[in-house]
Amino acid sequence: MPIKTVFEGKIDSMQILDKDGHADAALDPRLPTDMLGRMYRLLVLGRVWDKKSLALQRTGRMYTFPPLEGQEAICVGATLAAGPGDWLFPTYREASLVYYMRGHPSFRSNLMWMGLEDGLLLDRKIRCFPYATPIATQLPHAVGAAYALRMKGEKAACIAFCGDGATSEGDFHDALNFAGVWNAPCVFIVSNNQWAISVPRSMQTKSETLAQKALAYGIRGVQVDGNDILAVYRAVKEAADSAREGKGPVLIECVTYRMGPHTTADDPKKYRKEDELAHWRERDPIKRMQAYLKGKGAWSEEYEKKLQEEVAAFVEKTVQDAESFRPEPRDIFRFMYAKMPKDLEAQMGECFGGSSGDARMEG
Amino acid sequence: MLMKMNMVEAINACLNQEMERDASIVVMGEDVGVDGGVFRVTEGLIGRFGRERVIDTPLSENGIIATAIGMAAMGLRPVPEIQFQGFDYEGYHQVVQHIARLRNRTRGSITVPMVIRLPASGGIRALEHHGESAESIYIHMPGLNVVYPSSPYDAKGLLAASLASEDPVLFFEPKRLYRAYKEEVPEERYEVPIGKANVLLEGSDVTLISWGAMTYVCRDAIAEAQKQGVSVEHLDLRSLSPCDWDTIHASVRKTGRAVVVHEAFRTLGFGAEIAARIMESDFLDLEAPVGRVTGWDIQIPYPNQEDYFYPGTSRILKGILKAAKF
Repeated sequence: MPIKTVFEGKIDSMQILDKDGHADAALDPRLPTDMLGRMYRLLVLGRVWDKKSLALQRTGRMYTFPPLEGQEAICVGATLAAGPGDWLFPTYREASLVYYMRGHPSFRSNLMWMGLEDGLLLDRKIRCFPYATPIATQLPHAVGAAYALRMKGEKAACIAFCGDGATSEGDFHDALNFAGVWNAPCVFIVSNNQWAISVPRSMQTKSETLAQKALAYGIRGVQVDGNDILAVYRAVKEAADSAREGKGPVLIECVTYRMGPHTTADDPKKYRKEDELAHWRERDPIKRMQAYLKGKGAWSEEYEKKLQEEVAAFVEKTVQDAESFRPEPRDIFRFMYAKMPKDLEAQMGECFGGSSGDARMEG
Repeated sequence: MLMKMNMVEAINACLNQEMERDASIVVMGEDVGVDGGVFRVTEGLIGRFGRERVIDTPLSENGIIATAIGMAAMGLRPVPEIQFQGFDYEGYHQVVQHIARLRNRTRGSITVPMVIRLPASGGIRALEHHGESAESIYIHMPGLNVVYPSSPYDAKGLLAASLASEDPVLFFEPKRLYRAYKEEVPEERYEVPIGKANVLLEGSDVTLISWGAMTYVCRDAIAEAQKQGVSVEHLDLRSLSPCDWDTIHASVRKTGRAVVVHEAFRTLGFGAEIAARIMESDFLDLEAPVGRVTGWDIQIPYPNQEDYFYPGTSRILKGILKAAKF
């Protein structure tokens, strides 16, 4: 029997806005100006909120925090592209911004980094899952959720985020494999920010792209410039629309760069070169969007000044609200079970004093 | 109406009944559909409820457990089957990192009630990893319920209760007892409450505490002890988390002696926790140290020599007499 080719694959990469903010005329989704303004505000808000959070952490007012700087276009573009019935599964890095965009009170996001579970009291109406700290573990949740939503007759997609390091995890494989077999309405967004803490993308996989991993699972994979919000928006919108229509899951690799540390607990100077950062600063997603808006006559110094003031005031109010929040300590016991077992009640009594549960156990 | 059923039939009857009653229940796992599961526990479900609710999944314990989380969060009531409990370690991280914590992490806004069925326990001459009883690793983890029935009646009633529970339940099935005997089981729906032990036999000298397959294995030892004049009170815990501490303490305060029997390894087996709780609460009532008859702290031998490992009649009898004569 002669040798014949039984599979061939290719991956397309899309950029709409070049690094100077010039749009490809054929691909430009030509979004209305108010939508573009909304996008830009969210990018700026993400950056300002992030910087403020970093400052709060450095002064002991927040605990360990994973900055988003440089990657804002991915979560803003994707969340705006999501339908109101879609569910979002962010990672810790974009969680604050995604939750806020879906209607979570912003101060609660600050609480997440102030060490309080109250930050993740996510109203089911906003259709967001709590971020998972163990890498990639949220991806198969999105697949099961997508299966369930389809079974219930809801036309909704599940949009799950992960990073380049996550593609090495078994849960990434399980998620893509189950999603493929079930033809689940899922969109997987890989924010390829080049670094998993100190380990470069080249040491995670020998694959030339992360998008091509989709092909092994029989699903569609595309790559986009992750610092180009129009490309992200367009790719996610198309993917979510087609997933909802029953055309199967899609993997979108968004090529980007983590400009800051992995979290406030590491110093990137130890593992990567400064000139790399300079290269990516030129490709900053916010500058690029600003140039695009300017080209359309929708941006001015005055507009920027007002926006910065508004956003700074918003972040300041968020910090104030978060810092005036008082947790209820007994809640650390209350949500372990639907109904607290008797001996746990006794432990709660032991923890906080006073009598509760089996007095003999407290003695 | 009462029907004679073995444990496999009782669990199957329960799944049929509950899936009929509650359209959100979804059975999923390796070979659970067309094949009816390797133990035939899910036999016939796919024909009755269809492929969407009885899912032959890809071969991945982790994928099964992890996708069940998303299903449960969206309002389905998944019943993942892990073919053998000894393979659940592949999905253990999802259980401890998410299933046990989502309610607490989101302060109650996202919960993942599900029933993970785990054919467990040994003594059936099966391959390595096919005869384990790792209930301790789940009991140790706050946020989970762990049940371990020992009879067809309890299996049916506990499964019904588990499917109605708002908490995730690890449902251990002692496969040694799957077809060991039949008993009369009500055809209609009933629940055996989670967290309630069963006093199988009342006695005055020694409290014998067991669950799962060991409850059955204890019976000959108890008969022999009674012949030798030792009155045994036999508690079948049925539910390990939450555990019915009240019934344990009440019994030990009455008899003054306790022996725990489990097939899991001795060190940090649930017997250790039971002994500690008895010491904390019933010290002044004790006439003897709390005894333990357990699997040894060795990896379970391959089937040819597995009988050295699992507690049997003579070891259990020895444990009872040791406590009685202390």
